Order: sequence, then structure tokens, then C-alpha cells
Amino acid sequence: MDQTPKTHPVKPWTFDDRTTSYIRRAAATGIYDIRGGGSKRRVPHFDDLLFLGASMSRYPLEGYREACGTQVTLGTRFAEKPLELDIPITIAGMSFGALSGQAKEALGRGASAAGTSTTTGDGGMTPEERGHSNKLIYQYLPSRYGMNPDDLRKADAIEIVVGQGAKPGGGGMLLGQKINDRVAEMRNLPPGIDQRSACRHPDWTGPDDLEIKILELREITGWKVPIFVKVGGARPYFDTTLSVKAGADVVVLDGMQGGTAATQDVFIEHVGQPTLACIRPAVQALQDLDMHRKVQLVISGGVRTGADVAKALALGADAVSIGSAALIAMGDNDPALEDEYRKLGTTAGAYDDWHEGNDPAGITTQDPNLAARLDPIAAGRRLSNYLKVMTLEAQTIARANGKSHVLNLEPEDLCALTIEAAAMAGVPLAGTEWIPGQKGDCL
Amino acid sequence: MQQLDLETHSLREVNAMLQAQDAQTNHTEWEILNPKGAHAIACGLDAEIDVKVKGATGYYCGGMNKHATIRVAGSVGPGVCENMMSGKVVVEGNASQYAGATGHGGLLVIKGNASSRCGISMKGINIVVHGNIGHMSAFMAQSGSLVVCGDAGDALGDSIYEAQVFVRGSVASLGADCIEKEMRPEHIAKLSELLSAAECDADPSTFRRYGSARQLYNFDIDNAGAY
Repeated sequence: MDQTPKTHPVKPWTFDDRTTSYIRRAAATGIYDIRGGGSKRRVPHFDDLLFLGASMSRYPLEGYREACGTQVTLGTRFAEKPLELDIPITIAGMSFGALSGQAKEALGRGASAAGTSTTTGDGGMTPEERGHSNKLIYQYLPSRYGMNPDDLRKADAIEIVVGQGAKPGGGGMLLGQKINDRVAEMRNLPPGIDQRSACRHPDWTGPDDLEIKILELREITGWKVPIFVKVGGARPYFDTTLSVKAGADVVVLDGMQGGTAATQDVFIEHVGQPTLACIRPAVQALQDLDMHRKVQLVISGGVRTGADVAKALALGADAVSIGSAALIAMGDNDPALEDEYRKLGTTAGAYDDWHEGNDPAGITTQDPNLAARLDPIAAGRRLSNYLKVMTLEAQTIARANGKSHVLNLEPEDLCALTIEAAAMAGVPLAGTEWIPGQKGDCL
Repeated sequence: MQQLDLETHSLREVNAMLQAQDAQTNHTEWEILNPKGAHAIACGLDAEIDVKVKGATGYYCGGMNKHATIRVAGSVGPGVCENMMSGKVVVEGNASQYAGATGHGGLLVIKGNASSRCGISMKGINIVVHGNIGHMSAFMAQSGSLVVCGDAGDALGDSIYEAQVFVRGSVASLGADCIEKEMRPEHIAKLSELLSAAECDADPSTFRRYGSARQLYNFDIDNAGAY
């Protein structure tokens, strides 16, 4: 036997195990990978920021003794009845169809118990959702599935969806296996067929048209409720500017970590900007228009903790929105279901085939047996607990920075751990006064 | 006859007055004067009233209409009666883009021509166009009928679902998954009803019917070129 020493076998970095498995799957199936959720790649995020806290020059507030407000008002620009929320965390739009009826009910229950709003999705508004949501935002989407003026007038706010962070510029596809009779009826299509959602609206193109569309929606709803415009994290400065120009009361900006019910993996991972990179340009746009705090900014995409909430607010947002995190709070990807995730060829924490409708947690499914596993009351309770914990955490941080309201947090309360995060968030690199990328920077 | 003049009343006042009418109203006939291309005229109505708009309108005239009959003595801008639920909208002139977009019910009659994307994503509305229609009409049309007494532009019925399209004149081209289908007696009968309701004396037997080949209803990689 040849005893000559050999170098250790090395797998190429370019063709790692994940990549080669992708190639083999594509070759075997002839179709790109579709999945739910948001970007899974590591991108600069809120974890790369730290709060400075109080010191000689900043007084902290006494926890449990001195008040730290959390209430926010969205839609103060034109609406007769702005959306008053107890906490700066809202529930993002997710459709009945993508989610079970029980899951939508739980979202409504949890949000209402925590004093905040939830949001419809593609497919329209269900009576259960309206009934269990004290504050409900009605999404106005390109597909217009289920859209009607009666539901429009039942809404507490209207959110015109131009894009979402997981797929800015993309439409949607609810695959046939999730189209039961009720979902099909709500969408005016036969059961069992793939339901495509267009990537742009059928009756307007561009911000000039959008201004007229917003006028029409206000006329139909009597100028009572706020109109939100939701955009994906593509060109946040210009998208925010044009949304304000078109007449939005609120801009919702969704970064690439924002989830989707079903989209091509290549889209999720390769189109759009990280949430962290979107906030400051959007805030700058509002400030340049003298509209900061007059048109509210809601940030979404990868918000998980009270620290994330506080950081988004400190960077200039008025509120945040959560989707994936809310599903996890309700029971999605719970390790207690590991055996069932294994049967589906995955593991708890990684399950993302939401479009297939086999969710063992009963959340992203239309299978009545699976959906029945989710107790909407218990799941709603878990969600409200989670929302309250995040709010308490954000208050804790705000007090530590001497703020009597979470909206008083500001960029100067922050520093960044990496050069990239410092540049994106527009705050100094820790231990320095250096904000990379600013005018005058000599990089 | 109640008259509302957009030279002396704001759009909000006009729409609020019309939207305030309900099933018990005694004011069932209305005229809107001096529209002068204003947008969102007579949108969100929800009562069986007759509204005559005396002139041309801008975007979204009659948007999301329920029950009302709206007659425009002129031409209309984009998105006339978009997302209509029920009732009837008659345009004496021409219609711009997206006429009847996403409509769930009711009848839209266009006595002149309609521009591109007429009946886009329609969901149960019936549309009768006395003249021609532009390209990409009935795109992703889900249900309802689009009747064209003249010619149709390119890519008619692209990605169509269960809607039906009837064309008397020429079709420049059909879109993906749209094919010509047999005109059976039930289609002639249905077309006769629609033409009559649309004040059109065209002979139903001179129309051709188009609809979905249903080949793109479930994703298949071998159809990738058609998506």
C-alpha cells in the first residue's frame, strides 16, 4: 500500500454541500426551489448595533417607577380616524389561504390582547379575522382577490401593497394543494389550481397613478381611515419619497428578511436590501420632505426582540411589524414537533415548505385535520405574551437611555459593531466617531 | 331629478351625497354636471339609483359600484368601474385602459372603443364593448364575459382562467393559454342576453368564443416557455 502522505480531501468553497445539493435537486426536478419565510443568509442586522445606555451625560429612568410610553398613532396626515395602538409592534399582512383560519384567528386574538393591529393578506378579509381583531388593516393587493367595498369600509386602515421585502418586484403563487373550496370561492377561482398573484396592480402604474388610486380609496371610505403604502426594500429613499408624494399616510418598508408564503428561493435570497440598510434612507427621505413623524414609517423584516424594536425606532421608525416571529410564537417550527418535521425531510427551525400545506403546527395549512391542531385561544395567548415581552424589553432599553417614550430613542443612542452596520445604519463604529459612507468620509 | 354640479360642489360633497343614498331613498335619479375629467366620480355607490354624468371623466369613474346604474355621456379615463360588484355602467364614448378591471359583477357597456387591458383580472363582471379593444385585454381574467363587437388587439386573454371572451371582428393574437372554443347554443343564448342588455343589435351568431386551454393551471416545468 502506498504510504506517501496525502493532503486532506477538501471540498471546494464554491461548491459546498448546500450548493451541490441544490444542483442535484434542480437536475432531478427541473423546477426552482419554492419556499416560505424570508432570507436565511447572514446579512448585517440589528444584532450588529448596540445601545450606549446612560452615563454621566444622560440620565436613565427608573425601571418600574418612571413611565416609558409605548403608544403610537399611525396615519395622522389625512385620516379622520388614525390608528391608535398601545404598542409600536403590529402584525404584518398574511393571507387566509397561506395560513389556516385558526392561525388568522389567533393572530387577531393575540394582537388585540396586546393592544395592536393585525393585517389581512391576499385573499380578502374573513369574518373570523375581523371579529377577532380590534384593529384590522386591510391589504389592497394586485390580485384583488376577495376585494370588495363592504370589507374595505370595515377596515381600520388600508394598506396598498406595492411590494414586499422577500420579493420586491415579484408576484405570488398559492399552489393548488392549498386551494380548498373556501379559499377558491373567496378568490373566484376553481379549487385545486395554482393561484397567481400579479406583480403589479392591474389598474395603475407609477406614483402619479397611485395618487389617483389613493384618492379613489379615500372617496370610497369617506376619508376616515389611514392609507398605508407598503414597499419592499428596493430603493428606500425614492420609494418613500414617491409614496409620500402619492399621498400615503404611512409608509411600510419591508426588508429582505421579511417572510413570504411561497416564493422562489433565488428571489428571496438575491433581490432586495437588508432591513438595516433600508431604514436610514427612508427616514432621510421623510426628513428631506419635512414629513418625519408626520407620515409614519413602519419597518418590518426580521424583527424578533424588543431590542430589534428599540433599534428600529431609534433609527427613526415609528413602529415595526412582525410576521415570521409571530408565527414562531404561535408554534411554527416548534422542536416539540421534531418527529413530524423529520418525516417531511426537514428539522424544527428549518421547515419552510409552507406552500405545500403540510405544516404539522397547523399554521401554514388548509388541511382541516392539521389546522385543527392549532388552538386559536392558546396560540393567541402565546402571541400576546410575546408582544408584551418585546414591548417590555423595548421600554427597558429606552429607560436605560433616559427616554420617557420609546419613540424618543434616537440614532445617537446607538453604535455599531461592524463597519458595514455602521455604514448602513448611519451610526458610529463602536469606540470611534466614524460613520462610514457619510459625506466627508475619507475611505 | 337631483343635480350635482362639480363646479359648485367638491368631489367629496358629490360622492358623499350619492353614497348616502340607500335602498329606501326617494331620490333615485341624479345628474352630475361639469365633470371635466375629474377622477373618482360616483365611486363607492351602494344603492339602486340612476346617475348620469354629463361629460367626460378621469380615472376610476364608478369604482367599486354596487347596485347603481351610472351612465357617462362622454368618454372615461382609466379604470372605469374598477372592482364593480353589481349594477350597470354605460359609457357613451370611449374608455381608456383597464376598463372594468377586477370587477366582481354587474355590467359594463362601452359604446365606443376600449383601450388596452380591458377586463384585466375580471372576477365575474360582464363587459360589452361596441367597438374595438386594445392589447392584453382579459389578462388573467377569472370569470365573467367580455364581449367585443369590433376587433381585439394583441395577446387577448393571456393567462386567462374561467372567463369567456366573445369577439365578432378580428383578433390580432391570442395570449398564453387562450384558445378559440366551440360556440354552442348556450353560449349564443348567453351572448344574446348580454348584447340585449348592452343596447347592441349585433347578431350573436357572428361572434367567436375564446377561453382557457387550462394548460397552465398547475405549474409544469415543461410549460416554462409559456409562463
